[in-house]
Amino acid sequence: MANLYSEPSRAERVSKNLVPKEETIKFLLDYSKALSVIDYHNLKFEALLN
Amino acid sequence: MNQSTSCDALLVSDYMNGNETALCELITRHKDKVYRFIYSKVYDRDVAEDIFQDTFIKVIKTLKRGAYNEEGKFLPWVMRIAHNLVIDHFRRNNRMPKFENKDDFNIFSVLSDGSLNAEKAIIKDQVETDVRRLIEELPEDQKEVLIMRIYKEMSFKEISEQTGVSINTALGRMRYALINLRKVIDKHNIILTN
Repeated sequence: MANLYSEPSRAERVSKNLVPKEETIKFLLDYSKALSVIDYHNLKFEALLN
Repeated sequence: MNQSTSCDALLVSDYMNGNETALCELITRHKDKVYRFIYSKVYDRDVAEDIFQDTFIKVIKTLKRGAYNEEGKFLPWVMRIAHNLVIDHFRRNNRMPKFENKDDFNIFSVLSDGSLNAEKAIIKDQVETDVRRLIEELPEDQKEVLIMRIYKEMSFKEISEQTGVSINTALGRMRYALINLRKVIDKHNIILTN
C-alpha cells in the first residue's frame, strides 16, 4: 500500500485539548458588560463602568 | 455552514443591540478555533492566551462602536484580527528577541560562564584546604611523593632522583598515599566535591 507523506498543517497538529482559560472568557464577558460607548456629536467615547 | 454563519450574523446583530448573552454564545462557539489558531503560530500558552484576549477585546470594541460591517463573515474577521495581533507580537519580539528554555533544550547547557561564582569559589577553596590538611596526616615518605607528583607536577623519574629511591618505590608510596587518603575520607565521610 502506498505511503502517505503528507503532513497535517500546524493548526491541525495542535492538540484538541488546548482551549482558552475560563478566566479569560469570564474576563471578556465582564469587560463587555462594563464597556459602554458614548456617542457625542459624531465622536465615540469608551467608558469602562465597574 | 450557512446556518452557522447566518446564526453568527444574528448573534452579532443581537449583541450590537445590547444583548450580552449573544456575545457569550459567539465566544463559546468560536473560542477553541481562534485559540488553537493563535497557539499554532506562537506555541506558547501564555502568549496565546494574551493574544486571544486582545483579539476579543478588539472584537468587543468594534462591535460596541457599531463599526463592524456584517458581511456574514464573523469568524474570518475574528481570525484576521488574531492573525494581525500574532504578527504584532512577532514584530515586537524581533525588536527585543526573547529566548525561552523548553523542556528538551536549555540555552544554559551550551552557554556557560567558565568562572566560578562566589559560592563555588568558596567551596573550591574549602575543598583544597581540606585536601591539604588530609595530606598533612600522611606518613612523611608518602606525603613527600604525593606533593612532588600532584603539586609540583614532577615525573616519577624526577621524584626518584630527588628522593634517592627507585621509581617503583616512589610509585608504591604514591599508591599508598592515595589509598590512605581514600580511607580517611571514607572513614570520616568527608565530601570533597564542588
